[in-house]
Amino acid sequence: MGLTHIIDRRLNGKNKSAVNRERFLRRYRQHIKKAVSDAVGKRSITDIERGESISIPGKDLDEPTFRSGQGGVRETVNPGNKEFSTGDQVARPPDGEGGQGSGQGEASDSGEGIDEFVFQISQEEFLDFMFEDLELPNLVKKQLKDTTSFKYQRAGFSNQGNPAKINVVRSLQKAYGRRLALTGKKRESIKTLELKLMNLESSPEDYTKEIRALKLKIEEFKKRIKKIPWIDEFDLKFNQHIKIPLPSTSAVMFCLMDVSGSMSQMHKDIAKRFYILLYLFLKRNYKKIDVVFIRHHTSAKEVDEEEFFYSRETGGTIVSSALKLMNDIIKQRYPSSDWNIYAAQASDGDNWNDDSPLCSKLLSEDILPQVQYYAYIEITKLEHQSLWHEYESLNPDFPESFAIQNISDESEIYPVFRELFSRKVSHHE
Amino acid sequence: MSKQSDNNYISTGSEWSFELIEKYDEEIAKIAKEYKLDTYQNQIEIISSEQMLDAYSSVGMPLGYHHWSFGKQFLNSEQNYKRGQMGLAYEIVINSDPCIAYLMEENTMMMQALVVAHAAYGHNSFFKGNYLFKTWTDASAIIDYLLFAKNYISKCEERHGIDEVEKILDSCHALMNYGVDRYKRPAPISAEEESKRQKERELHMQQQVNELWRTIPVNPENECETSHARFPDEPQENLLYFIEKNAPLLEPWQREVIRIVRKIAQYFYPQRQTQVMNEGWATFWHYTIMNTLYDRKLVDEGFIMEFLTSHTAVVYQPPYDSKWFNGINPYTLGFSMYQDLRRMCESPTDEDKYWFPDIAGSDWLETLDFAMRNFKDESFILQYLSPKVIRDLKLFSIKDDDQVEHYQITGIHNENGYRYVREQLSLQYNLSMKEPNIQVWDVDLRGDRSLSLRHIPNQRDPLAGSTENVLKHVHRLWGFDVHLYSVDDNETIAEFHCPPLKTEEPEDQN
Repeated sequence: MGLTHIIDRRLNGKNKSAVNRERFLRRYRQHIKKAVSDAVGKRSITDIERGESISIPGKDLDEPTFRSGQGGVRETVNPGNKEFSTGDQVARPPDGEGGQGSGQGEASDSGEGIDEFVFQISQEEFLDFMFEDLELPNLVKKQLKDTTSFKYQRAGFSNQGNPAKINVVRSLQKAYGRRLALTGKKRESIKTLELKLMNLESSPEDYTKEIRALKLKIEEFKKRIKKIPWIDEFDLKFNQHIKIPLPSTSAVMFCLMDVSGSMSQMHKDIAKRFYILLYLFLKRNYKKIDVVFIRHHTSAKEVDEEEFFYSRETGGTIVSSALKLMNDIIKQRYPSSDWNIYAAQASDGDNWNDDSPLCSKLLSEDILPQVQYYAYIEITKLEHQSLWHEYESLNPDFPESFAIQNISDESEIYPVFRELFSRKVSHHE
Repeated sequence: MSKQSDNNYISTGSEWSFELIEKYDEEIAKIAKEYKLDTYQNQIEIISSEQMLDAYSSVGMPLGYHHWSFGKQFLNSEQNYKRGQMGLAYEIVINSDPCIAYLMEENTMMMQALVVAHAAYGHNSFFKGNYLFKTWTDASAIIDYLLFAKNYISKCEERHGIDEVEKILDSCHALMNYGVDRYKRPAPISAEEESKRQKERELHMQQQVNELWRTIPVNPENECETSHARFPDEPQENLLYFIEKNAPLLEPWQREVIRIVRKIAQYFYPQRQTQVMNEGWATFWHYTIMNTLYDRKLVDEGFIMEFLTSHTAVVYQPPYDSKWFNGINPYTLGFSMYQDLRRMCESPTDEDKYWFPDIAGSDWLETLDFAMRNFKDESFILQYLSPKVIRDLKLFSIKDDDQVEHYQITGIHNENGYRYVREQLSLQYNLSMKEPNIQVWDVDLRGDRSLSLRHIPNQRDPLAGSTENVLKHVHRLWGFDVHLYSVDDNETIAEFHCPPLKTEEPEDQN
């Protein structure tokens, strides 16, 4: 036997099981999706960004093998006898499922297997499952096709370029290498000559002539080395950058909310979760997302998030004020040629009756043509009022980019969200 | 460093380092040599706990093909580990040459030394010496073979899709325990050979299958119905082998996948048959070696105390009525038996001389070596379980007959019971008693090509509820109807069919 090898494997990948784990998730997709969707319904949406413990009925992932069932004659040897003597009769434990009979230690030979199989999925996976079938309508529109911006990305080095892009380190490296290569022979010659010189000089005899000749030769070589340029044109290296088209990856999300007296904190909480869900969703599709909060009662105002959700107002409601403001902000800051615009409006449905037709007009003429998607959610258990009906009539004209839904309590947020953003099969196939 | 001169501790304190592991290994190797342990070359690998979890879930294969069931295993261990319900095994060792043993980085120095003694010298010498391992496994080829298998299966996945491959693997796994030759010596596996001949084999196998089925209609009328010759003419215990060679519809790559699962099952078969012996042997040697280290003052009090704590936990056997009871602890049983063998050699009592005349007073090293080499759990227990061990563990046997109202105690740890308890315990480790005896019985070559399996119950034990589900897998592999008959004394007492027979309800016109 040879010497023992001791190897440090800790730096080797630790995720050897990743593929197998992934296979498992793949196989039980449906189970996991259901569990995720249940979890989203139950859990507060504000803490959606964490993993989840998934549980699957054990019988669904059983790996069956031939086994013996209950019955027949079974004799087992067990340890730790205390009071038994040979020939004793022992009462059968009820149910035939007692601890002592089945000494084999095999897990559950009753056939049903472990009741629940529980495991963790990460936050990342949780969100993936949650958003799996969702796709924002018209997402395609602003993709690769009509890219308008570019970015520069490093792409190695090149021999040509403008002086501003000289890579000093690389260039000097190259020059140094070239000098080494070109002077090697000469330096070697100098070395041997110098050695000879030393010998001659230290020798007692007189070699003055030879010494002079040698010195000249050495001088000669040194001159020739000097002639080799310290840095040459072709030593120069330039950083190279290439221009790559940048898909338009910015989105702006408008949150519009009615904060008039009729909207309670409960309404706002529901709306908030809806916005968060939308935000999370956009975050997965766009690199950069701006959020604009517009609150309104009889007049509209752009506010920060805190004020948006938590300051109280009273008074009547004029929805069109918010739409007008949104339209202005788009014009000033978020031209639709550069931005993917999403909007979610939440309201309890209250509006000043004469205002509703105006809203409809603003939407159809100004806003909807510019946005990717506009979702209106009405949080109410009551009869719909004029705003709903006006919006409803708009729906057929903008089937791709406009949707309205009614939410009556918290547990409906996610289903409605799904509904609103569910993949439009017909659109894709 | 040390003030006293009469000790030469290798280390004090619990921090380990590579140099220290090396030093311990050197000393342990020295001791092992004195005890005449013959081992493969050792390869000790330090891994993190995450890597240990990984190693766990691939059933100890250092590299395995991908399958969801390993992922399930992984998630399960991970969950248990995180919840603290399970400590990680402190060692995993691979039956390969060189013999690979994993040490976890979280272990203390004592634990590392313990694992080195246990795995790198205990298990290692068992792998090298025990006749089952020598006959059935080829330690030098296994790593390469596993690599071949992994690559082959991922190639199949590329070509036929993950789902198709997964289906075949699912079915093979269901029959994995029925994919071993129990008596025949298989050809040694060599990865190089395997891949070289894999193509050739593909062709050949397909041809043979075709041959079998081609002869069917050609069969002349004269020797038909009456003498319906069974095929195969002898019942076959290796279901996977039979299917690989004879299933009519499988594609060559599917046959190769079956073969891979079969080969791996065969490789693990000796481990399943020698659990008590193997763990007992490794435990006996870590115990002996660690104590020798202490006797030679190579380790300090703290070290040996820590060791004893851990060792005691390993060999703890909860009594049958404890809530921790989960069957007989193989570490305890095996360790006690080897310990007792040594005791009988070194200080035999009259009882020992009566029961084990050949062993009492013999050379303990030789006796243990012989016992390690020539047995499997079943025969090892039958041969060596001594009255003392039966008494120490307070073993008793209990009979559960579903036709009798009460359980019956059939033997305990007394003069009348020793032999009986020993026989019963030996039976308990007989794999063919643990697993239902199911064999290939017949193939309807002329008719519907259906496959019939036969189950021969042992003491009337019926098949479990999972049987129907396993049959579905047999059916998937075979491609035609599959029947399973439980036959006790020529009388069919149960039958299973896949697809289920439709005879009962005659209304299938709708």
